[in-house]
Amino acid sequence: MSLFKTLTEKPWERKGIIGGLNPEGAFESPPERVALGFFLTIASVIFSMFGVSYVIRMSLPDWEPLAEPAQLWLNTGLLAISSILFQWARNTANAGKQKNLLAAFIGGGVFALLFIAGQILIWENLQASGFYVASNPANSFFYLLTGLHIAHLLGGLWVWSKSSIRLISGSKPEDVRLSIELCTLYWHFLLIVWLVIFAILSNT
Amino acid sequence: MAYVPLADQDSEMEMHHPHSWVTKYVWSQDHKVIAIQYGGIAIAVGVVALVLSLLMRMQLGFPETFDLIDPSSYYQSVTMHGMIMVVYMLTALLLGGFGNYLIPLMCGARDMVFPFLNMLSVWVYALSVIILLSSFFVGGGPTGAGWTLYPPQTALAGTPGHDAGIVLMLLSLAVFVVAFTMGGLNYVTTVLQYRCRGLTMMRLPLTVWGIFTATVLGLFAFPALLVSAIMMLFDLLLGTSFFMPAVIESGTPLDHNGGSPILFQHLFWFFGHPEVYIVALPAFGLVSDVLSTHARKNIFGYRMMVWAIIAIGGLSFVVWAHHMYVSGMHPYFGFFFATTTLIIAVPTALKVYNWVLTLWEGNIRLNAPMYFAIGFIFTFIHGGLTGLFLGNVVIDLPLSDTYFVVAHFHMVMGVSPVLVIFAALYHWFPKVSGRMFHEGMAKAHFWITFLGTYAIYLPMHYLGFLGVPRRYYAMGSTDFIPESAQDLNAAITIAALVVGAAQILFFVNIFWSLRNGKKSGPNPWGSASLEWQTPDTPPKHGNWGDELPTVYRWPYDYSVPGAKEDFIPQNVPDGDEPAADEQHFDLDHGVSKAGA
Repeated sequence: MSLFKTLTEKPWERKGIIGGLNPEGAFESPPERVALGFFLTIASVIFSMFGVSYVIRMSLPDWEPLAEPAQLWLNTGLLAISSILFQWARNTANAGKQKNLLAAFIGGGVFALLFIAGQILIWENLQASGFYVASNPANSFFYLLTGLHIAHLLGGLWVWSKSSIRLISGSKPEDVRLSIELCTLYWHFLLIVWLVIFAILSNT
Repeated sequence: MAYVPLADQDSEMEMHHPHSWVTKYVWSQDHKVIAIQYGGIAIAVGVVALVLSLLMRMQLGFPETFDLIDPSSYYQSVTMHGMIMVVYMLTALLLGGFGNYLIPLMCGARDMVFPFLNMLSVWVYALSVIILLSSFFVGGGPTGAGWTLYPPQTALAGTPGHDAGIVLMLLSLAVFVVAFTMGGLNYVTTVLQYRCRGLTMMRLPLTVWGIFTATVLGLFAFPALLVSAIMMLFDLLLGTSFFMPAVIESGTPLDHNGGSPILFQHLFWFFGHPEVYIVALPAFGLVSDVLSTHARKNIFGYRMMVWAIIAIGGLSFVVWAHHMYVSGMHPYFGFFFATTTLIIAVPTALKVYNWVLTLWEGNIRLNAPMYFAIGFIFTFIHGGLTGLFLGNVVIDLPLSDTYFVVAHFHMVMGVSPVLVIFAALYHWFPKVSGRMFHEGMAKAHFWITFLGTYAIYLPMHYLGFLGVPRRYYAMGSTDFIPESAQDLNAAITIAALVVGAAQILFFVNIFWSLRNGKKSGPNPWGSASLEWQTPDTPPKHGNWGDELPTVYRWPYDYSVPGAKEDFIPQNVPDGDEPAADEQHFDLDHGVSKAGA
């Protein structure tokens, strides 16, 4: 669909059926994928707003940068593995294969859970070292951004758990293909978001 | 396998078919029931806000006579009135109410794309309202920080509701954003994916364009509100200093240090200004369809109307700081935001011209919906013109804290959308209920409301020019305000009480007509758009019976020369064209071969 062409159409002149059974301008994708696209855009806006707030708040004089724990690298690796496993599951489901599908899909979620556990461990270590949430705005943002990212992951894990139950109870790859694809897209998105957060936290 | 169009692939349809009273009227997944639930809650909470405004007016008009509210409850009333009206009433009613009812019907769909999510949306919205209203019953009462909730004032002991009240307000807003997102995803996806066969984007009624664009605005603007609510909750509950600067309260320094209140203002207004258009764009769409139908003319300049909706939506994201001139900013920023504010007047004025030109030489039927729609044109021009004044920095600065601003925003985003809402409620009432309303009562409702609102807000402009400050519980003895200003205040209050009482006419009319109204038939206005072409009135679950409609034309074919009636519905083919069921289709790709 050309947006320009659509918006310059003269509907009072064109009579009769336009398009096929689906109207012009509808995406080829299933509605779930379209809705996920919108949701990812909204989530991007949310994280961008926090990013802008971070930059503005950082410029004020009481900002004391937080030394990011090295464990963040390990956690990043866990989330990357999670994303890779989801991609493997997606490729397997697309090929209509059953073999390794369950292991890849479940594994993806388990590594995401490990990532969350790792992030919580970092929080505990920071607290034990006296870096509390209200000690400094840099600390506040660290807890806030990582927490918000975890909240998004938990939302994804809820969908993942439902799809996992369907897979375990014997659903065929084609029945869960869309769920797996959407989970994979979401996980890639959250990996990218995490990499951006990590980069901002590490370089300021 | 037979090809099934996207709009008819709703495998959940059978699953969410109601089987009991509870699943039909409470946990319903039918968009029409959800729309009524949204509308009912929004109107109910709107009545609460209306009562609060009347309490404020009685204090302002007769400060020594009534002892209904004290200064604290006055500020609490200001805050709750503003927030409820803007977010919980107007946004919810226009998008949740009208959006839910009209989008699937106008798109020729059976329901929203995600009915379960839609049901969750309305109940999460109900939860947000409960949280908000619960602040009336906690210690300290609701927040009295003003609807903009600016820190640090919100958190200081001198502000009513600075403890539990503000926390509940922020929590409620965050929950509302979640509800809106669930609903909004449904609206945009349904418009994009579930339009019936033949219904191109440029054949959509302007109502759908308005609601669609406003929803996209909401999906991108509400995150700013969510972000500011989360960060302020951190400040209030966890002692962080995102927004809270170092403050000494009653001689005691607070724990906060170095936060930026201006950052909150930017985030709030990045949501707050698009919010004006989240309310306005659906109203623009609804009123366009009401005007066109009752003028028996196609809407003038349909394409320009669509472009204007999109242009206004885009521009609404680059004008937010005109609400912050008095906060201080670099002069170039002020210049930029004043310029963008004036530019946005261009597509808005274009819409006004097109509404007027739609009426020009139309076969106007002056019934109650048309009264309200024409009334809207007056109030919107009025409110829009005063907006041009306030968009300029040098004029805004002296007027910003006066009643001129109160008059402006009430005319442009209070009275105007409310008049459209009444126009739309009366216009679509026959489709929703299957009965006609009482015309005389509706017209009486219009005249009292329309003239009454002018009696309220026109004098407020003069009060503003006199320098009468807004947000004051009582004026006291102030040299620069003449005593006659108080007479005007008393007159405004009397008008407000009359207008408030007149709304009873609306409720009486609706409830009386539900039982006693004349049967309306399927299409009493002779409207060409799809929602009036359903096989049943009110439409049954699934809307369209066995087969979805097919669209052959735009929704504004009124007074077509040579046509049997003075309108041709969207689902009626031209005389020489075969109807949909006579055509042959490539079932694998859903492509018509009729023209081959």
